[in-house]
Amino acid sequence: MSAATGTPAPPALEPARQAPQGPRLLATVGALLRKELLVELRRLESVPAMTLFALSTFVVFHFALNRGSVEGDLAAGVLWVTLLFAAILGVNRLFVADADQGGFDAFLLAPVERTALLLAKALTLLAYLVALELIAVPAFSILLLGPPLGPALPGLLATLALADIGVAVIGTLVAALAVRTSARDLLGPPLGPALPGLLATLALADIGVAVIGTLVAALAVRTSARDLLGPLLALPLFVPIVIGAARCTEPLLVLGHRGDPPARWLATLGVYDLIFGLIAYALFDFLLED
Amino acid sequence: MYGKGLRALSIATLATMATALALVFFYAPIEAEQGFLQKIFYVHVPLAIVSLCGFVLGGLLAIVHLRTRDPRWDIRSYVAIHMSLIFGLATLITGSIWAKGSWGHWWVWDEPTLVSFLIVFLLYVTYQPLRFAIEDPERQGRYASVFAVTAGAFVPLNFIAVRMSTAFVHPRVLGSTSNLPGPMALTFLVSLLAMALLYATLCKYELTAKHTRAQLRALRRRLTGEARDGRAAARSAAPSAVPAATRATGAPRPAGHTARAG
Repeated sequence: MSAATGTPAPPALEPARQAPQGPRLLATVGALLRKELLVELRRLESVPAMTLFALSTFVVFHFALNRGSVEGDLAAGVLWVTLLFAAILGVNRLFVADADQGGFDAFLLAPVERTALLLAKALTLLAYLVALELIAVPAFSILLLGPPLGPALPGLLATLALADIGVAVIGTLVAALAVRTSARDLLGPPLGPALPGLLATLALADIGVAVIGTLVAALAVRTSARDLLGPLLALPLFVPIVIGAARCTEPLLVLGHRGDPPARWLATLGVYDLIFGLIAYALFDFLLED
Repeated sequence: MYGKGLRALSIATLATMATALALVFFYAPIEAEQGFLQKIFYVHVPLAIVSLCGFVLGGLLAIVHLRTRDPRWDIRSYVAIHMSLIFGLATLITGSIWAKGSWGHWWVWDEPTLVSFLIVFLLYVTYQPLRFAIEDPERQGRYASVFAVTAGAFVPLNFIAVRMSTAFVHPRVLGSTSNLPGPMALTFLVSLLAMALLYATLCKYELTAKHTRAQLRALRRRLTGEARDGRAAARSAAPSAVPAATRATGAPRPAGHTARAG
């Protein structure tokens, strides 16, 4: 595949290819990511919409299931369906500004690796998902999750403090914020054992959603029916992620915490991420050619 | 170029199909548990296997298309997926009939093969809308190939994931040929061969039809000039074979056309 992705490069790119690729690529990704987050911060479009959607979906689930609280496999299912449908909203908007306002053209004119756009967009989506989970998972624990919140409050504050430290570490670890609050409310005092599992599950599932979502968004954005095609393409591709993530989360959301997520499901999620990461890497250039 | 061997292939398909049906109804024994109903197995399972292989084949052809940029590979990929969709629909219908007959429900969620097939089918149903939503034919082919490769890789992965997630409630006696008794296995293999031949023949027919139509269009254009060719530019989900046809015939474009274009 690398031969195929290398050949269509126009001659103008040649000088750039001579330079060492690693740092240049990272710098490009950094610049693009900064641009994306800046635009989102100024327009406040995707993340608030995703969050509001998730909250309304919890309400809908409350009435549809006719239950005040959920736990176990039902809780895992409700949480993941909501997160994925909210993610679809973000996926739909991911490339719209680039397609409508010439961002693609500008990017293609720049002498940089095209993979940088894939990486930057996937990271952007990852950031959206983390921001979404920061609000949606605590809201889920408040609105729908079984155990009462009152006795959990000191722990919640402690978790937030812990999470603040987490923010300082690395981007992916930020997912811990959302995870920790929910885990705290759920599991009561013995917080420790469930944390790595939930964290790993959320991280792996987020990566898969981000990669596939970016690919699908790029595929759909320049078609005349992009708002319709995006979800239709993305949902079947997300199904294995839902299966893996729900199976991983289920033992963590049971009232009496039943143990870690099954290793084989974590491995499945990881392999799925890896394969679709490679596919997206191999195919993304073809979507940017004109 | 595509029409060659079509007659022989059609006859071979008909003969194999007839043999397979004869074997199914007169040779293969009646299954003890399900009785006559089990015969649908010889239609349903080959349909499913051929359909899935066709989806993966479409992805492989799309890889060739992306590497060579030859629109002929795009047409082949399109035809492979198009035909697999039809076979897939037939699979879902026969599967539903079988499920109703043997388990009493039109649809069961604890049969992993059924569920993963539905997911794959739902994904591929978006293939033609995706094509239809892109006007530029070159980009249409390129995007469709990207989709075909992604979805082709998704097919086996999805099956593994769904199968892992489901407890084996139903004994999978009919899942593979390894534990079928001899006559049943033979009948199944002949049916599978017949279905594969049917798939190949139908694909070849569609390719031939597309090729012929493109040739006809090219000839008509040469005869009347570009003016009458408005219909050819209409948006379509199906790739048009025009560039391949002009290259195949090697005909120089009419002088009037080049003068107007310049």
